This record gives sequence, structure tokens and C-alpha cells, in this order.
Amino acid sequence: MAATRACGAAANTSENIMSLKKALSVASPLTLRIVAECPVTKARACDLILPHSAVSTPVFMPVGTQGTLKGITVDQLDALGCQICLGNTYHLGMRPGPDLIEKANGLHGFMNWKRNLLTDSGGFQMVSLVELSEITEEGVKFKSPYDGKEILLTPEKSISIQNSLGSDIMMQLDDVVSSTVTGPRVEEAMHRSIRWLDRCISANKNPEKQNLFAIIQGGLNTELRKACLDEMTQRDVPGFAIGGLSGGEEKDDFWRMVTLSTDHLPREKPRYLMGVGYAVDLVVCVALGCDMFDCVFPTRTARFGSALVPWGSLQIKNKQYAKDFEPIDSDCQCPTCKRHSRAYLHALFKSDSAAMHHVTIHNIAYQLNLMCSVRQSIVEGCFPEFIRTFMKRMFPSRDQYPGWAVDALASVNITLE
Amino acid sequence: MAGCRMKLELSRVALGKGRLGVLKGLGKTGQLSLEVPGCLLHTHLGTVPHLTQDTLSTLSTLPSVTQITLSNIAEHQEVLEEFKDGFRKFAGLHDTVLYCALHDPATPCPTGHTTNKTVSVWGSGGRIELTVAKFMALQKAVKPDWYQSMADGETWQINTSHKRVRKSVDRSLAHLDECLLVHQKSQELEGVEVFGVVEGGDILEERVRSAKETAKRPVSGFCLDGLQTGSMDQALRTQLISAVTKELPEDKPRLLQGVGRPDEVLASVEAGVDLFEGFFPFQVTERGCALIFNFNISSNPELAVLEPGEDQETAGDSQHNGDLNPDDQTQMTSFEINLKDKRYQGDFRPLVEGCGCYCCRNHQRAYLHHLLVTNELLAGVLLMIHNTAHYHAFFSALRDALAEDTLDLLKRRVLGQTERKD
Repeated sequence: MAATRACGAAANTSENIMSLKKALSVASPLTLRIVAECPVTKARACDLILPHSAVSTPVFMPVGTQGTLKGITVDQLDALGCQICLGNTYHLGMRPGPDLIEKANGLHGFMNWKRNLLTDSGGFQMVSLVELSEITEEGVKFKSPYDGKEILLTPEKSISIQNSLGSDIMMQLDDVVSSTVTGPRVEEAMHRSIRWLDRCISANKNPEKQNLFAIIQGGLNTELRKACLDEMTQRDVPGFAIGGLSGGEEKDDFWRMVTLSTDHLPREKPRYLMGVGYAVDLVVCVALGCDMFDCVFPTRTARFGSALVPWGSLQIKNKQYAKDFEPIDSDCQCPTCKRHSRAYLHALFKSDSAAMHHVTIHNIAYQLNLMCSVRQSIVEGCFPEFIRTFMKRMFPSRDQYPGWAVDALASVNITLE
Repeated sequence: MAGCRMKLELSRVALGKGRLGVLKGLGKTGQLSLEVPGCLLHTHLGTVPHLTQDTLSTLSTLPSVTQITLSNIAEHQEVLEEFKDGFRKFAGLHDTVLYCALHDPATPCPTGHTTNKTVSVWGSGGRIELTVAKFMALQKAVKPDWYQSMADGETWQINTSHKRVRKSVDRSLAHLDECLLVHQKSQELEGVEVFGVVEGGDILEERVRSAKETAKRPVSGFCLDGLQTGSMDQALRTQLISAVTKELPEDKPRLLQGVGRPDEVLASVEAGVDLFEGFFPFQVTERGCALIFNFNISSNPELAVLEPGEDQETAGDSQHNGDLNPDDQTQMTSFEINLKDKRYQGDFRPLVEGCGCYCCRNHQRAYLHHLLVTNELLAGVLLMIHNTAHYHAFFSALRDALAEDTLDLLKRRVLGQTERKD
């Protein structure tokens, strides 16, 4: 993975290593060094220095929900150039539970991942997964899908679990409301998230080793978002996430909330846009000022045989690939593309689960490479050009460019001809 | 004349005690070899189940012969014919010998579809009927280094009459003759070796007849079919194999199909078998188990003190002894541990202490347990790595034991564990 490795290497020139060492010797478990800023858009390229290693941003973080990236070993993940990935507090808190993981030397020890980990608080599962019993000021009552028992997830409990997991970045427990919900519930959730942030900060037993990020809420309402931003940025947290988006809302509303958020987030702290993973969304949101992204999409879609490519995606299981003897992407340097053809993978999907792993590896490589190229172009001062080339490759013609993307890019001075 | 570069060089032959040697002259260039007794690398369409090249290459010693089966491949005939360059290239396999078998040993298929002129395989889309013509067309499209001839081995899954067994022998001989005829006329198959298949069910005279007749044909070696795990007890299997191998030339290899359990392997080696299909690690993996049986008989006094059960697991006892049915291929054996069992929840040891495989070097039983309980795909990957490593190391130990004349000691070590009933 030459390209991605080079990205990581760029963060480690001798000059950088000196300041890295300096940074690590200071008590803060997070240091953000802005390496380059795009003069046209709001994009930045940074070195995010975390306890386990430096991370080059913009960065896409693959999701390994249950302490594993589905079907991929930690060595394979490392070889792809991944510097940080996700684990999920809700799932791991259920099985195998925080006590066992603590015994195993945290999630790093349990899954044997030597680089960085970010854990979500379990809040999103409130919207996505579980039959909700009740949300109160105290916390969220879930009904466990495994034994039907009721569990109360409070800010304190979420942080306690994340402390046991030992992740480098922890997320606050937020009162998550679906982005399609309107009305007073949105405001209630926003205010509560602020109160829960404070409780999370108090509950953090390892502030010198684990970074607690706040999550900006407020739905699709400008006033509420702004209010949340104003309040949360007063807290001394090492980073901010933009939450409550990427859940089925109109893209026109989505990008406006993203750019509003980055306008009011401090420059010198990382901005993490949660749940975003489609290539177009990533490129646009980098232009809008975001540094970190996560999404299950690339890895999940791989298991269904969907391979991501610069011009969209290939449904490998479709008949049309049965006799296609080209690799998924002839320009891709990933292990899958170097050895296997679309036709072989198409056939393998009928015989063995390894077919899924091949495509998973390719998709992770695609995402990481995309981010690497984005970063490189920001560093070299040609990000606007990169965006234009990217869009041209992705869409057959100008009139197929998504309207929201055109608008969003225009808002940061990028005109697509 | 079928390819005949394959040469079996035996270094030790002792009646009733197995053969030791090297199968040489393998592959396109004839440069590859395989130690015997040995097992082949079992694959689905050329892929070791669950593994990609990265994970596969963590295994340091792999057999030089990869087994593919027509049950996976038959439905892709058109694709391979359009591809033109053979299966090896299609699958991205590089320096390996390709052996093409008929049926996947890990997946028994439905019976009742074999005729005088055809056998059937089951692909992802259902049953595919093969005549010798189609069978040979497939071989030409696949371009293996070596293949077994088409055979009727449907004598072991169900109770078969004497008449049916006789038919399987007759048909298989007829298929062999037809295959060889086509083979000799095919330029695409020049240099490719053919194994004849010995049938005969559980009937001694038929076994002998099949062996004698098959040995008359110009084949490079012999598959022994119809003796699969679950078809008969090992005593009968040993008796039949011994009778068969008496009729086969000493200098040609014998491959026993469908047998993979360590105890059956040991007994079959003693009866004169050289090669096995390496599917047992896959079966163990599929049931969420890990091979842990001990085959270490080194003369290191420290290691010799390690009695089974002391530092090591008592295999199989997480399951009621009464449930152990040796004939059920899917059921856990006494050579493995069931990692789904609650007892492994907080067990931070590797699967096998001292095992150098990627799984044992990097992960613990507790993690494997978690992966299995949460239905994670990585469980299959890690277990496949370990089980393959463990199994192939067993074969290595078996060869060492034959070389040093310590087979009895190895048997006691490996089989001794099945007797514990704590």
C-alpha cells in the first residue's frame, strides 16, 4: 500500500519525530498539528498525535464493531495503512463485557491492535438498533437483545465501559435523535447532551490517556446547532464530533449543518463527522472542514459483493462479471487487485466466505487511499483540482453531479464546470 | 500415454507399518515434490476456506499440492473455456501443483443420481450431470497437473447391495478407460497425470478385483474411494486397504479419499496409504473448534513429562461422552476443543501453547470464544489458520516417526487422549 504508507511516513520525517516526541512527553493524550490548510476551501491536513500512534488526517476510520473488523486480521488492517479504527461500547459492553476486556489489557490487548482505537458511546444504538424503553435525564434504558433484561446506560456507565476498553478516543454519551425527527424533542435532546457531556467529563477516570470528544447535536435546526456549539465549545475537550446527521435527512440540510458546525468549532481541535463514508460525502465534507470520518458502509457493502471504485461501485456478484478477467480496479495496489480478477471473485462468492474478505480488503484500501490522496492534494495546495478530477471520474457527466454537492462545494469557493 | 513424470521414491517400507518417501516430479516443470505420508491442501475453488493470500501465507509449511474439486468448478466450465489459460491462472495460484478431484470430501452429496454413463456433482446452482465427455472437457478447461478419473463411488453413504457395489467397480473401470482414451488424444492434457480410482464398497472380493484391474491401466497413482469416514469402522477399512494395496504396484502413490481424522489417518498409513485429502481442519473450523491433540514425542525429557491433561486440555470432555458418534463427520472429535464453551470465556492462553501459528502467536482463547459467540467472520479465519497449521504439523510428526521408527510412540501420544474420560 505504497500511497497510504507514504501518507503515514510524511507524518514521520525527522523534524516531525522530534515534535512528536515532545508532544508525547507532555501530559495531553492528543495533539493536533495542522500541516496544511487549503486556501480555497475549509480543508485541512493535520497530524493527529494520539497515544498509540500518529494519525494523518483527513482520515477514514473503518468500523470494527465487536472488537474485530469483519473477516480481517489486525495484521491485514495494519498492512493497509490503517492508523485508527472503531469499536463499539454498546456491543462490547454486552459481550464480552468491560470486566473481561479490562483483564485482557483493554480492547487493544483483547483484539491485539497496536494502533489507535475510537469507541462510540453506545448512543447511536438508541436510534439504530434497540427497542427503546425510555430515555430519562438519568440515561437510556435498553432492553438487551440477548436476554431481554433491561439495562440502563448512563453517561457514567458509558464512560466507565470506555475506560475499561481503554480507547484512545472516547465519545460522550449523547441524547441521539433521528435526523428526521422535528419538534421539541430535538431541543430537549440537544440540551440534555450538553448536561451529559459534563457528566461524561466528570466520570472520565483516565483523562491523561483517553481523549473524550463532545458531540454537537441540534438536529437540522440552525439555532439549536449554534446553541449547542456555543455551549460545548466552552468545555475543555480535546476534540469535537458532529453528530445527529447522516441518518436519512435531506443532503441539502445535511451539508448546511456540517458547514455551520465547522464554522463554529475551534481550528486547533479535530472535527469528527460521524457516520459518513460515501466517497462523495467524504470529499465534500473535507472541503467543509472535517478531519475524521467513520462508516460501516464500505465494509458492509463489501460483504454483499459491492466493490468501491473511483467511478462508483461494481456489484461483483452480478452476471456481467462472470467472464470479466480484469481486477476490480487495475490502478489499485491492494492485495485483492494485485492477484484476483472480477471473474474469480464472482465465482468465489458462490463457494467461500473468503470472497467477502477480498472485497472488504479492497474497499478499505479504496477508502484509505482516497483519504490519502485528499490529504496529499491539500498538502500540495491543489485540493480544488483534486475535487474537480474526482467528480469527473465519479460521474459520467456534469448534470449527474448531485445538486447538494455542487452547492456545498460552491459555498467553499469551488465551482464545478 | 498419460503423464508419467511423477515418481514415488520410498525410503522406508515396512509391511503393516506404513511407507515413507517423497513424491517427486510434480508440477509443470516437474520440480516440485510432496513428502509422504502427506495431505493435500484442501480448497474451495482454489481458496483455502476463509483465507486470502495474506492470511494463508502466515502458514510456513504448506503442502505443495493444492486440491480443487469439480463440485466447485463444474458450474464455471464456460468461464474457464473462455479464459483459456487454465484454472491455476484463473484463481491466481502461483507455485503450486494442482490436483483435480471429483467430489468435495467435506460436503457429502445426495445419492441416487449416478447412472451407467454419468455421475453428478452439486454446484451452487444445483446438480450438474457429468458424462466422461463433459468430465474430460472440464479437465481440459481446468488444466490441472493431475486429476482422478471419473468414478462411481456411491457405495458408502447408504447400504449398498453386492450388485450395486459390483456396478460401481465396473462403471469406474469403464470410465477410467474412456478417460484415458480421451486423455491420450488431447494435446491440452499432455504431461498431466491421471489417478485411477479403486472402488468396491465394503466387499473384499470387489475391492481386490477393482485394485487388480485398475492397476493394469497406465495410471500414475490410485485413489481409494468409498472408504470415507462414517462408512465403516477403521478395522474394516484397514482390512480393505491392506487387501487393496497388496494388488497395487509399490512405486505408485495411494490417495485415500474422505478420511481425515488423526486416528483414522494413522491406521490407514499403517495399512499402506500415502496421501490424504486435507479437509479435516476445515470441518473442525466449521464447528467452531480448534485442534489441540498432542503429537509431540520428541526425546526432550522436559516435554516428555507433559502428560495429556497436565498442561494441556482434555479434549472432547466439554461434551458428554455418550454423544460422541465416530460416524458423524460433523460432530466434534476428541482431538479438539469447542471454543464456544463458556469455560474459554476468560481463558487467556493461546489455543495451543508453543504452536507457532499466527492465531496462537497473536490471540487468546478468550478472544476466539468472543468471536464465535458474536458470530464474527474472523473466527473462521483464525481457526482455519490454526487448524491447518496443527494438522500439517501432525503429518510432519508422522513422517518423523516413520523415519525414526517411533510410530507406536506417536500412536500412543495421539490416541491416548481419546481414552480419557474425566
